[in-house]
Formats: sequence, structure tokens, C-alpha cells
Amino acid sequence: MQKAIISVVGKDRTGIIAGVCTYLASVNVNIEDISQTIIQGYFTMMMVCEMDGATKEFHQISKDLEDVGKRLGVQVKLQREEIFEKMQRI
Amino acid sequence: MINLNEVKATNEMFEQEHLDVRTITLGISLFDCVSDNLETLKRNIYHKITTVAKDLVKVGQEIENDYAIPIVNKRISVTPISLVGASACKKSEDYVALAKALDDAANFCGVNFIGGFTAIPAKGMSTCDYLLLHAIPQALAETEHLCSSVNLGSTRTGINMDAVGLMGRVIKETAMATKERDSLGCAKLVALCNAPDDNPFMAGAFHGTTEGDVVINVGVSGPGVVNEALQSVKGADFTTLCETIKRTAFKVTRLGQLVAQEASKRLGIPFGIVDLSLAPTPAVGDSIAEILESMGLEEVGCPGTTAALALLNDQVKKGGIMASSSVGGLSGAFIPVSEDAGMIRAATSGGLRIEKLEAMTCVCSVGLDMVCIPGDTSAATISGIIADEAAIGMINQKTTAVRVIPVIGKGVGEIAHFGGLLGEGPIMPVNTKSCEAFIRRGGRIPAPVHSFKN
Repeated sequence: MQKAIISVVGKDRTGIIAGVCTYLASVNVNIEDISQTIIQGYFTMMMVCEMDGATKEFHQISKDLEDVGKRLGVQVKLQREEIFEKMQRI
Repeated sequence: MINLNEVKATNEMFEQEHLDVRTITLGISLFDCVSDNLETLKRNIYHKITTVAKDLVKVGQEIENDYAIPIVNKRISVTPISLVGASACKKSEDYVALAKALDDAANFCGVNFIGGFTAIPAKGMSTCDYLLLHAIPQALAETEHLCSSVNLGSTRTGINMDAVGLMGRVIKETAMATKERDSLGCAKLVALCNAPDDNPFMAGAFHGTTEGDVVINVGVSGPGVVNEALQSVKGADFTTLCETIKRTAFKVTRLGQLVAQEASKRLGIPFGIVDLSLAPTPAVGDSIAEILESMGLEEVGCPGTTAALALLNDQVKKGGIMASSSVGGLSGAFIPVSEDAGMIRAATSGGLRIEKLEAMTCVCSVGLDMVCIPGDTSAATISGIIADEAAIGMINQKTTAVRVIPVIGKGVGEIAHFGGLLGEGPIMPVNTKSCEAFIRRGGRIPAPVHSFKN
């Protein structure tokens, strides 16, 4: 199963989660877990997603999410879970 | 479970700290191309490279897209051409013809460099080495993507001083042949001692005779990441400093390993090694000099620089070795002057001199790299510089290299412009006292006593 992590960083406002989730639903990406917190005054959210059923290519979704982020005034990054596992775990 | 801070830290490495995979280098053996007919040999070489490497750039870009990791260069290295052409090449012009075939193949594959226009006269020089060395100036002047290297010595063989003497002249001629472009040819030509067979970084990459038929080697990078990590341990003691570098090197190497395995899988080509080298680029924040300065030096080149570099080099290796069981190539810190904004600054101010760089090469992964010197520097002096570096490599059982560019028509204080990753460099002063009588002796400096291990 291909898992990915979406991170959202920016100034808190209404509709951030809604905006990102609406887009994900439209490309059939399933959200498995969401956690959020405020780090150094910034809204920070992390989503674990399951990409197997996605209707678009990974890099296209990544690009679209950046655009969604721009509209919401936050930075949205999509990255494979594998990278974090490899880099942050022994 | 991955936590938020880790995700944020990893993303920042890519976004703000210039973390990238510097190169995926596909090594290709050309031994099965050998023929005694030059035309057949050229055709075989072109055919093999364009067949094996045809998907390299495409797959590299796919991995970039799928993982959102920048992969800066896709490159090819081949078997040392002096050996491949030994039977077919009767004169230097024949080797130039092979150089053009390699360049055409690189062009077809869309790679930016192809390495392996190489000779290995580490002990004695055979006819094929001699002919290839003489072909280098024209070959580099008439090609775009070709890189050339010559291994002039090793700990086991000593230093071939005849070849060192000739290499000084070859570098001068290459500078002359490309003088309209600030002697750019010399930026693609490197003299080595103890050259590794699996180095993925140019200009010294070639596919050594100890390697298999084809192999994927990957070079990671990340000076910016290390530098950023050091900001959080300002004023801490050396144990903390070392631990921080080691941890960062581990993460960077794991990324390289991931990309190497993925490229290997997608291309159906065995994975060889990850080269841990911290390689700078001219971009601000992607500099080895800045790491050394973050450790507490006012400017790279000041007292303390060699110790700081030794520490950096060793910790990079320790972190990297933990992260991958296939570490190889050069694996350390590169200090190419013209490719590193901090080095350029220090060389321009006069604080960083060739003599200090030479000391630094005793403890880092390579040698005098991308150093611009006055165009009127004599061939014997260049040979002297090469001999000094080769001696450091031979005695210390490490790879050393010389990539100096005598910029024709320019003198100390002027700037040579190469563009792209090769950057631009201030012309640095060279001690002009003559070593001609020393170089002219010819023969070989014997292998050191510690090479007799049998």
C-alpha cells in the first residue's frame, strides 16, 4: 500500500482542513489519520493518506495541493511516507 | 509513527536547505565493444551506451516526480577509454574520434556529462595511455559533455613522474585549446592518485575494471542541511558538534540509498554504491565553507580550518556508513573553490590560498579542485602541484586529485566564468619559483614502505 504524508503549515484560518480534504476526496485519496498543533505560532497539520485508489498521478496531486494551499494562504506539501521512514528512523 | 516535527524538518531540508541527490551515475563497461577496427569500435560504443542508458534521464525524472526529490544530474561513466581503444587506436586522433562518439552518445541520452576518457598510467605508461593523454586537449575542445581523468599514481605503485610531467603539459594545452571559454576544458580534466573505480562524481568518474557490466551509483549532497543543523548547536562542545553532523549525514545518506534502490529497480540495473560526499554548489546556503565557518571560523582558510574539515569529513563518513552498507566512491567533503560561494569569497579576499587548500586536501575526500590559476603558470609548475597532491594521496592511502584551470589571458585578481554547476572562480596566486629540474628528472617515485604488506 502506498502511503503519503501531507503537511500543512501556515497562519490559522477557517476552512483549511475543509479545503484540503475536499480536494483529496475529489481525487479519491483516503485520509487515515490527521493530527494538528500550533508550532511557533503557526498552524501545523499532518495527514497520513492512502494513495492506492488515487485518480491522478502523484506529482499532479502534489502540484494541485500546492495550489490549494496558495488559495488558503498556507503551505501544503505531499511526500511519500517512505522518505520520512528512511530518513528519520534507524 | 512519524511525528509532525520530523515531517516539518524533512520538508525544510528540501525547501530551504538545498537537499538534493546530486547525481545518478550509470556505469557501463565497454569491454564487449572492443574491436581492432576504429569504425566498428565507435559504432559499438555508441550502440551500447545509447541502448543501456536510453531511459536513464526519463527514469531519473520519474523518480524526481514521484518522490518530490530533486535529482540534479544524470550521468554516465564508462570503462577507461585508453583500454577500450588500445587495439583500434593507432594515433591520438583516433582517440579524439572515440571522444566524439562518446559525446554523441551522451547527447542522445540527454545526460550532462559522460566520464571515462581516462588513462591509468599509475606505474608505467603503455602506448595506449600515451596516445590518450596526447588526445585530451583536442578531445575536450571538440566535445561538450566529455570528462577526462588520468590516474598518475597509487599507494601500491608509487607515482609515475613521467606521466606527471606530461600531464602538466596536457593541462596547459587543454587550457590553450579552450581559451575562448576561460579554459573551460581544464574544468573537465582531473589528475588523480588512488582513483576509486566507483566514483559517481565528475570529472573523475569512470567505470573501473573491477566493476560489473552495468551499475547504478548515486552521489548525495546536502551541505546546506549540515550547516542548518549546526545553527542549533552554536557554542556547544565538539562531542555535540560531531553528533549533530553524524545524525544529519545519516539522514542525507538514507535518502541517497532510497533513490539508488529505486533507480536500480526501475532501470533493471544493479545498485552499486552511495557516495556520501558533501558536494557544494555556487548557490548561497549550499557551501562547505559556510559549514566550517558555522563551526566557529571567521573565514575559511584561517587557522583551525584543517581541523574543522577533518572533523566534518570523518563525521560525514561515520553517519553515512551507518545509513548504508554500500558506501563507496570518494565519500567525504568536497572543496571545489569555484563551485562554493564561501570558498570564492575567501579566495577573493586573499584569506584562502592554494597552500592552505593543499593542507586541507590531506584530510578531506579529494584534492585541489576547481582552482583557477594564472594562465601563464608553467607546465612544470602545474606538474609540481600534481606531484605534491599525488604524494599526499600516496603516503596517506587516500584519493587525491588536481583539477586546476590555468586561465589563459587572465591573471591574479581576475575572475574566470564557467557557468552552471562549475561556477566562477577568482584566479589564485601560485608560487612561481621553478620546480622544472625536479619534474624533468623523469622516472617514478617508488611506492612508500607501508605499501609492502604482502
